[in-house]
Amino acid sequence: MTSPAISVARLRKCYGDVVALDGVGFEVVEGSVLGLLGPNGSGKTTAVSILSTALRADSGQASVCGFDVRTQGAAVRRVIGFAGQFAAVDANLTGRENLALIGRLSRLPRVVARDRASELLDSFGLTPAADRLVRTYSGGMRRRLDVAAALVHRPPVLFLDEPTTGLDPDSRFALWETIRQLVGSGTTVLLTTQYLEEADALAGQVVILESGRVVDVGTPAELKARIGAVVFRLGFADDIAAVQAEHVLAAAGFSPERDAGAIRVSSANGSGALVCVLRALEGVAPDPASVRVDEPTLDDVFLALTGHVTTPDEQPAEARLGAA
Amino acid sequence: MSTTIAPVTQPSRVVMAAADTIDVAGRNLRNLWRTPQAMVFATVQPVIFVLLFRFAFGGAIHVPGVSYVNYLMPGIFAQAVTFGAIGTAVGLSADLKSGLLTRFRTLPMARIAVLGGRTLADLARNVVVVTVMTGVGFAVGFRVHHGAAGLLAALGLVTVFAYALSWSFVALGLRVSDPEAAQAAGVPVMFLLVFTSDAFVPLRSMPGWLQVIGAHQPVTALVNAARSLTLGGPARSDVIASLAWTTGMLLVFAALAARTYRHMGR
Repeated sequence: MTSPAISVARLRKCYGDVVALDGVGFEVVEGSVLGLLGPNGSGKTTAVSILSTALRADSGQASVCGFDVRTQGAAVRRVIGFAGQFAAVDANLTGRENLALIGRLSRLPRVVARDRASELLDSFGLTPAADRLVRTYSGGMRRRLDVAAALVHRPPVLFLDEPTTGLDPDSRFALWETIRQLVGSGTTVLLTTQYLEEADALAGQVVILESGRVVDVGTPAELKARIGAVVFRLGFADDIAAVQAEHVLAAAGFSPERDAGAIRVSSANGSGALVCVLRALEGVAPDPASVRVDEPTLDDVFLALTGHVTTPDEQPAEARLGAA
Repeated sequence: MSTTIAPVTQPSRVVMAAADTIDVAGRNLRNLWRTPQAMVFATVQPVIFVLLFRFAFGGAIHVPGVSYVNYLMPGIFAQAVTFGAIGTAVGLSADLKSGLLTRFRTLPMARIAVLGGRTLADLARNVVVVTVMTGVGFAVGFRVHHGAAGLLAALGLVTVFAYALSWSFVALGLRVSDPEAAQAAGVPVMFLLVFTSDAFVPLRSMPGWLQVIGAHQPVTALVNAARSLTLGGPARSDVIASLAWTTGMLLVFAALAARTYRHMGR
């Protein structure tokens, strides 16, 4: 029996005239990863901030492990870990001191906090830099320390707000691996990202946000299937063969698009339609020399749903704590 | 639900809040220690002010009936802790900007400890500053007339005043979005408080309208009380006036700061 570890309903939050969240709702099953996907300003950070009790919603319901974020904030804070968009660690403390401080403030006894700090430094590959001041760390190291800080008190629920924004590919993949391990050991993760690839790689469920509203929900595969089109790319030996095949496919009810010796056929019925395409050609047109099947990416999904692609380089427009 | 809740030690809330406050204060003191410009600002600058006013300006300022260094020292204690309070606002707004305060807000710690730890660290810093300045003061000719008890009482008044003042700069630091803005907002307040008081020159030397302002503000009250306690003369009413200002400031600004912090996420 799985109950939702995170539950959100009709959540609203405005900053002055700007509506950051406009009736958002979703649930995250215990032990799963939910990806909150959307461009800057779509309300991702606001949603995570409300769930982690850093921010208060104007209206609506939100609970974590059954605790109401509005009325049981202290209980919520005991079961969550939070790593924000900006590595929120103290530059004038060492990595070890940072983790030990967070441990102490998370109510771990001093000795336990110290051991836990060593353990996390080790598992995040920061042991060689453990006793250096964080101001000497690279961006990737800071970010890893920030995520480590979210794990100090072994929270069953983890909020990661754009955890890999600005990371190099190596650090990014390493962090993905860490997240997978945490989920493997039962942690529930709510992850915000504007990288579609990241949601695809990590999230079991994806909620797409746009201007503070949920525009779609589903598994990455469902979302991709919903807007459909798998694209088959058939390569032919020469243009003449391709023209011939184009005519045959058009006559068989497909909508082929030819470019020199290549034909592009899209299918709304998934990649299984490839058999029909090839069967139509069989015996009446030259066989294709190559066949490629392109599944839609979440980028395609996003484009179809919101009319624009994400642009990771924009400055974060979401209001932060204290900016309101 | 099969979640394992983090181990929680459960002493009383007050004890936990105190422990959190001490942890945060320790972090702030480490930060101060490791930021050379902040250390210089906190310790070297007050000493330079003592020497400047004692030797560079002091010769031009005549206060009837008292040597200028003895007149100066209580004033310069007040000046040093008032200028130092800027660091409270700047440090807090830096934590706000870096996202560290957001992290603290998501931890199962006592929320008040973020502010309590900041002001406790500033209290410790001020004790050091005032001690160093006293030493320098004695080295350049400062003498007291009410003995060690009078001096300690004066330093105590300065320190509690500084504590109350740092709460007002907490309230300020929480309301501005970055350290530069905190500095820009805090410096004029600090200059007005110090230089419209009688910290360096007697109020009588100021124009009438300014005397009115100078006579009714907390730095003047503090300096008068500290002077009575070190120069001699009846101190009681001055001390009461200063403690009244300090208590009032502490109550108003601590409440305001706590309220601002509580409402920050709304």
